Amino acid sequence: MGEGQEVEGLSQGQIVWSRFIRHRGAIGGLITIGLVTLSSILMMGIGPLDGLWRDQQIRSGEVLNGGRPTLTLPGVHGSEFAIGMHPFGQDSLGRDYFAQVMLGVQTSLFVALVLGVVALTIGVTVGALAGYYRGKVDMALMRVTDLVITLPVIVMGAVLGSLVAKLPLRLNAGPEVSAWIRENMPLLLAVALGCILWTGLARLVRSEFLTLREREFVDSARVAGASDFRIIVKHMLPNSVGVIVVNTTLLMSAAVTLEAALSFVGFGIQPPSISLGRLIQENQGAFSTRPWLFWWPGLFIMLIALSINFIGDGLRDAFDPRTKKIPSARAMAKAERQLLERAQTENKEVSS
Amino acid sequence: MVRFIARRLALALGTLLVLSFLMYGLLEAALDPLIDLRENPAANRDEMIANRVRLLRLDLPWYQRYFSWLAGFVQGDFGLAWRTMQPVGTLARGAIATSVQLVFAATVIAILLGVTIGVISALRQYTAFDYTITFVSFLLYSLPIFWVAVLLKQFLAIGMNNFLNEPSINWPLLIGVAVVAGLFWAGALGGRRDKKLKVFAGAAVVTFGVLVGTLVSGWVLNPQIGIVGIGLLSVALAFGITALFAGLNNKRALYSALTTAAVGTFLWWPLQFLFYYVEMSWLWMLGLLAVALLVAAGIGWAFGGPDRAVSIRGTAIVALLTSVLIFADRVLQTWIPYFNAPEISGRPIATIGAHTPGLNADFWMSQLDRWTHLLLPTIALVLISFATYTRYQRGAMLEVLNQDYIRTARAKGLSERVVIVRHALRNALMPLASIVPVDFITLIGGAVITETIFSWAGMGRLFIDSLYGQEADPVMFYIMLTGALAMVANLVADFLYAVIDPRIRVDA
Repeated sequence: MGEGQEVEGLSQGQIVWSRFIRHRGAIGGLITIGLVTLSSILMMGIGPLDGLWRDQQIRSGEVLNGGRPTLTLPGVHGSEFAIGMHPFGQDSLGRDYFAQVMLGVQTSLFVALVLGVVALTIGVTVGALAGYYRGKVDMALMRVTDLVITLPVIVMGAVLGSLVAKLPLRLNAGPEVSAWIRENMPLLLAVALGCILWTGLARLVRSEFLTLREREFVDSARVAGASDFRIIVKHMLPNSVGVIVVNTTLLMSAAVTLEAALSFVGFGIQPPSISLGRLIQENQGAFSTRPWLFWWPGLFIMLIALSINFIGDGLRDAFDPRTKKIPSARAMAKAERQLLERAQTENKEVSS
Repeated sequence: MVRFIARRLALALGTLLVLSFLMYGLLEAALDPLIDLRENPAANRDEMIANRVRLLRLDLPWYQRYFSWLAGFVQGDFGLAWRTMQPVGTLARGAIATSVQLVFAATVIAILLGVTIGVISALRQYTAFDYTITFVSFLLYSLPIFWVAVLLKQFLAIGMNNFLNEPSINWPLLIGVAVVAGLFWAGALGGRRDKKLKVFAGAAVVTFGVLVGTLVSGWVLNPQIGIVGIGLLSVALAFGITALFAGLNNKRALYSALTTAAVGTFLWWPLQFLFYYVEMSWLWMLGLLAVALLVAAGIGWAFGGPDRAVSIRGTAIVALLTSVLIFADRVLQTWIPYFNAPEISGRPIATIGAHTPGLNADFWMSQLDRWTHLLLPTIALVLISFATYTRYQRGAMLEVLNQDYIRTARAKGLSERVVIVRHALRNALMPLASIVPVDFITLIGGAVITETIFSWAGMGRLFIDSLYGQEADPVMFYIMLTGALAMVANLVADFLYAVIDPRIRVDA
């Protein structure tokens, strides 16, 4: 599609979409993360709904064949594709590892999503208010941002993770509330982490708003009598959607590795919830005897984070009008040859 | 200027004070010093609880404890790690030194490597090289460091140690490395297809030859540089640095760099006697380095002619690198005794800790011991952090390359080297001034995850262990230290930026 067609009355959404789907990395990321999400939900169910996999509850059992994975791929270690009883193997207690990894994937995705929503809400609100009102509001909000941004994320995360784990004790609540807290540990952790990861987004939205508020369309909206709220939500936010979407995506990819790292050092997700980081931590001693227990969770953390990163990169290119895809040298040469050939045939037609 | 600094300092102090109050409250909720006693079946449980409450004054409300902690903190009493009854100040001193040792080398390597590759990637924008680097940096972003660390321990450390005991040549691996090296150089140097092919073939053959040479000659088992190696390497460095910073046409710069390399090589001999008869220390090393730099500056001055600064810069860099080579050579001379020491027993690549306990080592061997311990955590840290620098520097370089003054420089016929090194690179390095100070000053805080995995008793490990042990005082010290350092770092970064970029004024 050429440049000429892009300007022919396409909405911003259409332009962004058409640029996005041409970004190979982003589409690859989208497909990968779609497949991972789909398989984890289909197999292990979601919430109260059961999935298709045999082990809906993680339970110990007989260790078959040393717990080796039964998944075989053609050409790698076997002649045909087979899933078998335990495609990812079993741990030392005979628990199915596929079920555990898929539940861990769900936790990772869930934490990334909730964290993204929380950070997005706080960050955009703080940034928009600071950038729109400037002056004292800006000063106060930016001091709060400075306060949160001072400490490394992993440090704040460890303290908050430790806090979430102690909540039942602190609240001194009944057994029901304690059980609820324990079951919804990923949710609470994600909200807590979201409360510290919004700062980058707030700064970006603020600087975006500081320039947007000087633009003519904001003035005309104000003259037409629009309220501050309407100007912010209807006129300015849609114009900064690129910055917001791109940075929330990248934030979510950082959230996946942060959650895994916190769970690895023991301040993240606590049992009975399963996290990929905790699976690695539990099984790192078994590397020499059962290396697959170590490979799968790391592979999935990487897949998820990498896919989100690529989607974010594609979104950045799609939203940024300055980045134009430049054809490769080979494509340019080909186009040149075609032009030349066409010119030659035309010449022949003219002369004949 | 003074007003600016005073204002920022006051603001930072205020933020730190609020931060300390909030974090103390948060830790009060997040830590439970009685956690191990609550479930304790011992008969005197209540008495033990009462004792600990008295020790930590848990009967007081937390804000009262906060104020007494704050009063102690500002007077230099950082509290007590109550499980071991050690004062936090003592614990932290050792931990800070360990952390700096661990993170310093990794940060320097990550910056140099990341910036170089970022610049090359920007110069080769939209080529296969650029796309590969982009993909690799995304991959490294997404890698969980604790996973990489365990893999390094399993494969690199154990594999290297096995290899050193039973050297065997893995031909497919060697060929793979040679091909990758060839592709890297061909992509990095760019040019037309025939030039790329030549570079690829040359780089692959040289890499392969060097690898096979080191393996077959047994160099890997007894790595030495020697006076020949130092001579060859320093002359190569002299050529490379002159080509990069002054251009080989600048004969004065070239001759002064070569003279420096020659002087450095000849000094190797007398230095061996000095190292043999005098017990060395870091103070000696710094002194010798200063002498080397002075001599180099003198050589540059003598040869320099009208444009002395260029020659002096070149000779100083050559002298610095040659000194590092001589140092490395002397350290490697202890390889055989180190390898055969009973504490090492032929497995030199360490997976945990900062040094081998009980090793009877002089200055040189303890350096070697430190290197073998630093190897794995440094690789892990570099892998994780260099991607950030690559992306950052690539963006900065692309921004600069699109500026009008680059077109002007090309249009007035400057050579490509001058355009890139003098006009583009210098400006593209400016944004680094806002992140490099932050990274260096905050490295005292250590690397939380890396230190935990590799069992380095640094600041990050102190933080995690104290959080496990429900000890509030060391955690608070860590928080205050990292908070204060972050503020100082940002202040330094802003200040530095204002100094190098005249468009920015600081008296706001």
